[in-house]
Amino acid sequence: MSFLPYGVAAWLLLVGLYGVVTSRNLVHAIICLSVAQSSTYILLLSVGFERGGTAPIFLDVPVGTKAVDPVVGALALTDVVVGATVSALLLALAVQAYKHHGTLDPERFGRDQD
Amino acid sequence: MTPALRRRVFLIAAAAAGVLLVWGLTGLPDYGTYAGPYGHVLNQVAVAERKATNVVAAVTFDYRGIDTMGEEYILFAAVLGVAILLRAQRDETEQAPDEDAADRNAPATSNAVRVIGLALVGPVVLFGLYLVVHGHLTPGGGFQGGVVLATAALLVYLSGEYVTLRRVSPESVTDLAESAGAAGYVAIGLLGLAAGAAFLANVLPLGHPGALLSAGTIPPINLAVGLEVAGGFVLLLSEFLEQTLVIRRPGEVT
Repeated sequence: MSFLPYGVAAWLLLVGLYGVVTSRNLVHAIICLSVAQSSTYILLLSVGFERGGTAPIFLDVPVGTKAVDPVVGALALTDVVVGATVSALLLALAVQAYKHHGTLDPERFGRDQD
Repeated sequence: MTPALRRRVFLIAAAAAGVLLVWGLTGLPDYGTYAGPYGHVLNQVAVAERKATNVVAAVTFDYRGIDTMGEEYILFAAVLGVAILLRAQRDETEQAPDEDAADRNAPATSNAVRVIGLALVGPVVLFGLYLVVHGHLTPGGGFQGGVVLATAALLVYLSGEYVTLRRVSPESVTDLAESAGAAGYVAIGLLGLAAGAAFLANVLPLGHPGALLSAGTIPPINLAVGLEVAGGFVLLLSEFLEQTLVIRRPGEVT
């Protein structure tokens, strides 16, 4: 099954987006967005994976040892931390939306305010 | 648009996107047979060129240094955005943090959590610093180490109270750490210009691979990123805690 990791990435993206579209709670929607985003980590890392390759760290193993692609590792690394802070920004928006509308359900925004 | 209609529209769009995704992904090389040239080239030359044994760090903070600077500023902007969004609004008041407020019925922290939390603070700080300063040698670096350092502040909150968290990480310190980290990255980049090379060029002495003081500008950049990430995450943490513990809506029971 050499296609499986790519399939997982596609599945995570679509299932995360489905969650965002059908969500009735902003916090839930933000978590679904994180799920969709995590598909990028899987896709990046599986593109750079080489069977039998070690981590691209040549402290204990000599240079020339078969290793996976370090470029996608670097991309995924910054992606994870930046993704976490962007989630925090969205959650802050959700806090203010709740204060303003008294609900986290986007369907009810602007409908039954006091 | 009703939820049912929206779901139907999404399912049609998702089916189309799914077909496109599968079509595109089947064109990729088989999983496990990496075909791109860059990974192989970097794995061959990075240790000799940059004296960093962690090639991922060499890519992140040197070969791709300017992109990482951009990502660091996304992080900076996101934390800034949270701080702006979660400041006390015009009609809100800030009160002294009262953990036992009548409207907060959080269960009391158990002694086991307090003891384990406190016992973990020291080792977690040490581990975070270890990850930051060894970023160019072993897995780790400023991003990972910074997050681990921020966890120590969370442990202080878990095992103590909000006021304890603020005492060990006052806002002036976290703000300073975050800004100094963000500015430090650019300052190290300007070093390259000052030495007559390109922005972010690795102009410091490279040393020998595997030594703590090696890899030129990579460890200082790791340090700057570690400061920024740790400061930023502690700031995020205290902004959200402030929402429940300090800021009150008009008419809210305190």
